Amino acid sequence: MSALLEVRGATKSYGAVRALVDVDLDLHKGETLALLGDNGAGKSTLIKALAGAQPLDQGEILLDGEPAAFRSPVDARRAGVETLFQDLALFDNLSATANFFIGRELTGPRWLRRLAFLQERQMAQEWQEHLDRLGVRIRDSTQSIGVMSGGQRQAVAVIRAVAFATRVVILDEPTAALGLRESRHILDLIKRLPEHGVSTILISHNLEHVMEVADRAVVLRQGRRVGEAVPSRENHERLVALIVGGESGASQRQGPDDGGSK
Amino acid sequence: MQRLNHSRAPQEAATAGPDDPARTLALGLRVLQLGPILILLVLCVALAALTPVFLTERNVTNLGFQVSIVAVLALGQLLVILTRGIDLSVGSIVALSGVLGAMALDGSFASSGFGVVLVMLAVGLAVGLMNGVILVKGRILNAFIVTLGTLSIVRGVALLVADAQVNVGMPSVVAATGADKLGPIPVPAALVVVLATVAWVMTTKTQWGRWIYAVGGDPEGARRLGIPVDRVLISVYALCGLSAGIAGILVAGRTGVGDPNAGTLVELDAITAVIIGGASFFGGRGGVWNVVAGALIIAVMRNGLNLLDVEPFWQMVAIGVLVIVSLELDVLRGHLEERLRAGRAAA
Repeated sequence: MSALLEVRGATKSYGAVRALVDVDLDLHKGETLALLGDNGAGKSTLIKALAGAQPLDQGEILLDGEPAAFRSPVDARRAGVETLFQDLALFDNLSATANFFIGRELTGPRWLRRLAFLQERQMAQEWQEHLDRLGVRIRDSTQSIGVMSGGQRQAVAVIRAVAFATRVVILDEPTAALGLRESRHILDLIKRLPEHGVSTILISHNLEHVMEVADRAVVLRQGRRVGEAVPSRENHERLVALIVGGESGASQRQGPDDGGSK
Repeated sequence: MQRLNHSRAPQEAATAGPDDPARTLALGLRVLQLGPILILLVLCVALAALTPVFLTERNVTNLGFQVSIVAVLALGQLLVILTRGIDLSVGSIVALSGVLGAMALDGSFASSGFGVVLVMLAVGLAVGLMNGVILVKGRILNAFIVTLGTLSIVRGVALLVADAQVNVGMPSVVAATGADKLGPIPVPAALVVVLATVAWVMTTKTQWGRWIYAVGGDPEGARRLGIPVDRVLISVYALCGLSAGIAGILVAGRTGVGDPNAGTLVELDAITAVIIGGASFFGGRGGVWNVVAGALIIAVMRNGLNLLDVEPFWQMVAIGVLVIVSLELDVLRGHLEERLRAGRAAA
C-alpha cells in the first residue's frame, strides 16, 4: 500500500539550530499516526511544513505521490490538508457557526463576490449536521465563542479542522489544557475520523491518549527520527525510552535532551 | 459591585438551579449591548422633562443637522476601529475635499455640480486608500502613526492649495445635501439613515463584513484561515476616507464655502461617538446602530446642556466622563464574558 502522505528527507534549521534532520514519514489512508517527542524534538517544525505555514530547507512532501509544495496554509487546505494549531485560531467575537465557516462562508448570489450575502440559515443547518454526525452538543451556536468553555471552544476548532479535511487532518495537542471530561470528548471525535476516510497526524504529550487513538507512533528526538512503535501498553516503556533518549524505560526520565530546543 | 455579585450567585444557584447565574450573566451582556440606545433614551426623556423646547420640531430638526456630520464620520470610523485601527485624518479630509470641490467649481470643469460632488468623494476615497496602502504595504502597522501623518499632510495640502483662503460658493447640489430639508427632516439626517442602513447590511449580512469582524478579532488567525487581511484593511480605510468625503460635502453644503480649516478636531468627535456607541478599541466588537446612537448622544448632550443654559465648558466635561464610562462598560462586558465562560467550564 503506498502512502497517502510521504515526507522524504525533511531538513530545517533556524540559524545554528538544526530543528529537523533528514526526517522521513509516511501516513496511510485512514490511519491515525502519533508524532511523539520531547519539547524541541522537531514535531512543531514538521507539522508547520505539512500545513504550509513554514517551508522546509530541504526535503519533499508528497501527497498521493504528487509533490505538494504548500506555500501557505490556504494551499494546504485547498489540497485537503487541515491543521489544528495549538492556538486554535478562534474568533472570540464571532459565533460558533461563524467560526466554523470563517473564510469559506456560504454566500449568494455569486456575482456579488465578496459582498455576497451570508446564507446564515444554511450555514446553521450544515453546522448542526456536523455536530450531530460527530456527536457533539453545543447548547447555543449563535452565541459568541468567547463565552464558551475551553472544551467547547477546542471542540469547535477540532470540528472545523476535521470537517473540511478531505485527506489529512493534523492535530497539534488537541487535548492540551483540557479537563478529563473535555479530553474524552475530543478523543472520541478523533477515534471516529477513520470512518470518514481521513488520515490523522496527532501530536500529544499524553501517552495514554496516544495509546487509545493512534495506530502507530513515530518518535522524534533533537530533530531526528529515532524510531516507531505501535502505541500499546507493552510498548509504553519503549516509547518513553525513545522520547527521552535512553536504552530502557522509565529510569531515564529525568535526563531529557540537552539543548537542541528551538 | 463585584463583591455583591459574588455573594449573590450561590444563593441563586441554591434556589433556582445551576443554570440561573449563567442566565443572569447572559441577560447582563444583552443589556450592555443595548447600552448606548438606552443611554440615549434616558437622556432624551430627561431633557424632554427638563425643558419644553427640547422636543419642539425646530429643535429636533436642528439636532438632525448637528448630528449628521459626526454620524457620517463615525460610520466610517467604526469600520476602521472594528479592525483594531483608527483614522485620525478624517477632519483634514473634510477640509481638503471642501477646498478641491470649490476649486473644481471655479474651474468650470464641474459646472453641473455633480462633478463637484464626484471630486469631493474622490478626494476622500483617495486619501483613505492612501492610508490603507501605507498601513499595509509600508508595514508600519500602526494606524495611529500613519493617520497622524496623513492628518498633517492632508491639512497642509488643503492650506497650500487654497492659499489659506476660504473659497466662497458651492453648487446647489452640495448646498441642498448639506442644508435642505425634506419637510421637517434635514437632508443630511436622511442621508445618515441611508448610509447607516447600507453600512449595517454590509457589516452584518455580507461575507466582507464578517471578515472585518474576523480581522478585528484575531488578525493572525484570520490570515492563517485564508482571509485576505490586507485587502480587508485597505477597504476599511478607503471607506472611512469616503465617509469623510461625504462629511466634507455636508460641511461645505452647510457653510457654502471651501474652507481649508474646516473639520479641525472633528475626527475626535467621530472617535468619541464610536466609543460611546460601545465599539471596542480592541477590535471586533461594535455595531452600526449603536454608533449612530453614540453620535446622537453627543449631539443631544450638547444641545440639551445648551437649552438648559449650562456653561459650554461643562459639555466637554460631560462628554469626557461618558467616554470613560463607555470604556468601563466594555471592560465590564469582558468581565461578564469571563465569568460566563468560567461558569460553563465548571458546569
